[in-house]
Amino acid sequence: MTTLSFDASSDPILERRRRIQSVASVSLKRRKVYSRIAIGICWLFLAVAIVPLIAVVFYVVIKGLPAWSVDFFTKVTVPEGIPGGGVWNAIVGTIEIGAVATAVTVPIGLLCGLFLAESEGKVAATIRFSADVMTGVPSITIGIFGYIAIVKNFGGYSGLAGAFAIGIIMLPVIMRAGETAIRGVPANLSEAAFALGARKAATARRVVLPAALPGIITGVLLAIARGLGETAPLLLTIFGNQYLQWNPTKPMEALPLVIYNNSSQPYADLLQVAWGAALLLMVVVLILSIGSRVVASVLQREKR
Amino acid sequence: MINPPVAPTLEGGLNLNTGQVLVNEPVGDPVMRLKDVTVAFGGRKAVRGVSFDVHEGEITALIGPSGSGKTTLLRALNRMHDTVRSASVTGQVMLGETDCYAHSTDPTLLRSRVGMVFQRPNPFPTMSIYENAVAGLKFNGVRKKALLDEAAESALVGAALWDSVKDRLKAHASTLSGGEQQRLCIARALAVEPEVLLMDEPTSALDPIATKRIEELVGELKHRVTIIIVTHNMQQAMRVSDRCAFLLMGEDKAGELIEFGPTAKLFSEPTDERTLDYVNGRFG
Repeated sequence: MTTLSFDASSDPILERRRRIQSVASVSLKRRKVYSRIAIGICWLFLAVAIVPLIAVVFYVVIKGLPAWSVDFFTKVTVPEGIPGGGVWNAIVGTIEIGAVATAVTVPIGLLCGLFLAESEGKVAATIRFSADVMTGVPSITIGIFGYIAIVKNFGGYSGLAGAFAIGIIMLPVIMRAGETAIRGVPANLSEAAFALGARKAATARRVVLPAALPGIITGVLLAIARGLGETAPLLLTIFGNQYLQWNPTKPMEALPLVIYNNSSQPYADLLQVAWGAALLLMVVVLILSIGSRVVASVLQREKR
Repeated sequence: MINPPVAPTLEGGLNLNTGQVLVNEPVGDPVMRLKDVTVAFGGRKAVRGVSFDVHEGEITALIGPSGSGKTTLLRALNRMHDTVRSASVTGQVMLGETDCYAHSTDPTLLRSRVGMVFQRPNPFPTMSIYENAVAGLKFNGVRKKALLDEAAESALVGAALWDSVKDRLKAHASTLSGGEQQRLCIARALAVEPEVLLMDEPTSALDPIATKRIEELVGELKHRVTIIIVTHNMQQAMRVSDRCAFLLMGEDKAGELIEFGPTAKLFSEPTDERTLDYVNGRFG
């Protein structure tokens, strides 16, 4: 074994260690400054990104809260100049349209997601690509499609036509979220099921889908939040309705429509209603988003 | 210095492979001293009260069953737990005259003196072989091409990789085999010329042949850098190490040091019964 009392000047490794360590400690100050600047820039850009978000929330709350009252949630819209009135008709419309769209798209979307997650062929690739394109299509285009496909052919403007258009918005989101959640389930779980003699359908139903449930619920709730906030597809499909309308085959009102129509009016009381509706919509979307996280984390914890 | 250098001892033991009785050669100065090192995650202790000295030019192995805190202890030695918010390390780790956890000790400078090789080969995938080899130097502010080249060659030679990669230094690290990638990771750590090299089960992801080459490499490297190696493989500890620290999970699931001593002695005539049971394969 070598003796350990090296002479630092003669041993090349010790000599290099000395040089590297001196460079490292000399450059430490510069590296620290560089690091601080980089982190500072990150904080700055974070602030730039977050300030408008907070400002929007703040502004909507300030402007919208005064509009809220019991009447606001229980009375139907009134024309300008008449005091009182609310958005009950729009709440009914939004809930009904959202419920129909969700009920139809969730099973379709999840089964498509399951298919995409399990197959690698050309068909799956094409569908996946189409879904990605669909999420990027401007929502007014989908409104026009809903108008041509449903309104023109099936008895005019109606809540169902709106649900159809909103469903088309939600479908690709649910498909892709479902696929991602299902792909996230470790392959060895389904292999374990196969090794016990399970067939594909049983494996999916008993093993894969339950394991993917937190992700699926998150995706579905986010898709609903997305769908409820859309305005353009509704403009061309449900027409709007000043009166309470429970029948989805008739023209209906919806919250985004209230915001859109009232915000272009010159009357203060109508603008107030628009702010109130905006706040309501924001709160609903916020609850759905937070709810999706809560559900996911609760289910995640139960699994352990 | 707290402990005077230990005089040559006759403390030794039986090499179980060859049947030869080993006599320990004179040991170097302690380069790293652990005093009552305790690591906790969120208040839950994972390693408790470990103290031993690591001698210069020796290979120290940390052995013990899963959950005994070997890796946790190893990562405490170059402050890798700093990156985990819930982790806290108490006690003292001295590197030469430097108190590793002192407020004035910069963790990045400490890590340039205490390198690390991980379980799975993790060369930087977007960098070439050469860039991987000099990555640590660049992180530490070295810019002189001559020094980079010299250190890269020396490290790749040291990691027994130079001959096979010298003609393709610009190739991506991902073109190497698993064993070669791990040797590149060793070279990457060596290039900074650390005083201590921590190896966390460096062969657990490798096949037996690649494992053998890494083990031979570790034996050659001890003249260049002091090595602390975690292994779950007792034969490996026996083959490569000079000294062994045996850890075991205590009743509250915190790892404790059961026995520390020359490898030959620890494996042939341990003082603690639990060590004897473990090295004889009765559990773990």
